[in-house]
Amino acid sequence: MADKRKLVLDPLVENNPVILQTLGICSALAVTSSLEVSLIMCIALTSVIAFSNLSISLIRYQVPSSIRIIVQMVIIASLVIVVDQILRAFAYEISKTLSVFVGLIITNCIVMGRAEAYAMQNPPLASFLDGLGNGLGYSVILIGVAVIRELFGAGTLLGLEILPAVSGGGWYEPNGLLLLPPSAFFIIGGFIWILRTVKTRQREKISFQIMEAQVREHA
Amino acid sequence: MEAYISLFVKVVFVENLALAFFLGMCTFLAVSKKIETAFGLGVAVIVVQAITVPANNLILNVFLKPGALSWLGLGETDLMFLGLISYIGVIAAMVQILEMALDRFVPALYNALGIFLPLITVNCAILGGSLFMVERDYDFGESVVYGVGSGFGWALAIVALAGLREKLKYSDVPPALQGLGISFMTAGLMSLAFMSFSGIQL
Repeated sequence: MADKRKLVLDPLVENNPVILQTLGICSALAVTSSLEVSLIMCIALTSVIAFSNLSISLIRYQVPSSIRIIVQMVIIASLVIVVDQILRAFAYEISKTLSVFVGLIITNCIVMGRAEAYAMQNPPLASFLDGLGNGLGYSVILIGVAVIRELFGAGTLLGLEILPAVSGGGWYEPNGLLLLPPSAFFIIGGFIWILRTVKTRQREKISFQIMEAQVREHA
Repeated sequence: MEAYISLFVKVVFVENLALAFFLGMCTFLAVSKKIETAFGLGVAVIVVQAITVPANNLILNVFLKPGALSWLGLGETDLMFLGLISYIGVIAAMVQILEMALDRFVPALYNALGIFLPLITVNCAILGGSLFMVERDYDFGESVVYGVGSGFGWALAIVALAGLREKLKYSDVPPALQGLGISFMTAGLMSLAFMSFSGIQL
């Protein structure tokens, strides 16, 4: 039981996919200007990664290793199509805001990375939990960035007013920079800074040397 | 013609795939250590993007759009839901074909690109380019320009970042910010700089 809990909780801080493995950053940056959209994105990605890990793990003995990438791609793409259709049916406005980023879950490196690194070698239940954990690890970062951006950029959370803005007669002067795309870079950079100050084990030894391993992992 | 030039400038600078939409970020941060490798990858992205966006445009117009299959006598069929899986299939196939063709005819370039070529399949910038093409309803000519332009913009961004990171070796970065952290900050500043192009109309 303890190791199952570890599968889910480990990717949250100790081995976070976004911060430590540089995976899946694209969408983490682009959709975070409002919390509501980020939450939908997190749910979409977590369900895709959990179920893709489960299904890939179920057929791991049947798939010849020479065509495994294509097989993984097809499974992931089908799951993303399901998610996309559900969003269009039940949350059309949000699916418009997310525009291409739901489709881009297909090429999200976390999904491919976990399928390749974990689900191909491990039994279905453990793979499912691993997918869930990594999805949640991604969600933690995404929600953290979104809360900072929406709260200080617009003074609202989920559209509700928290800090009354000057334009509406309140006292808070919204920081417009946080609503612009570049701020996401600075916030994630700041997260990395804080996390690695606390957890010195995660620091990189020599600059510009670390990425070798990750390049291989993508392949 | 003017519309095409305007579109090209817009996708290279104003709507830069890497710095305005954060597409292909994983490779963008992972492969920008050296200018040479960044340049090789940039060229590969331009080539693949220039082929796959128009190819996906054809797939969309000939097979997927509602009514596109009327030449088969299936006038009402709407296959748009198969979009994602077809685009990624086209991209994977194109990359594979390009890899084999380069290996056979231009081995020098093939060796230079090395591992980056297969990696391009999972680069979100490529799929993102095709999805934007679908969303904005480009026609075939526009999709060619959009493909070349968006690839060029991405290549420009990664080469510029690689140049900055090479210079960063000489700076005194706090230990916890070393590597990934400072690259994020640098990319953020570059993204701010590129924002100054926004609003330019040609």
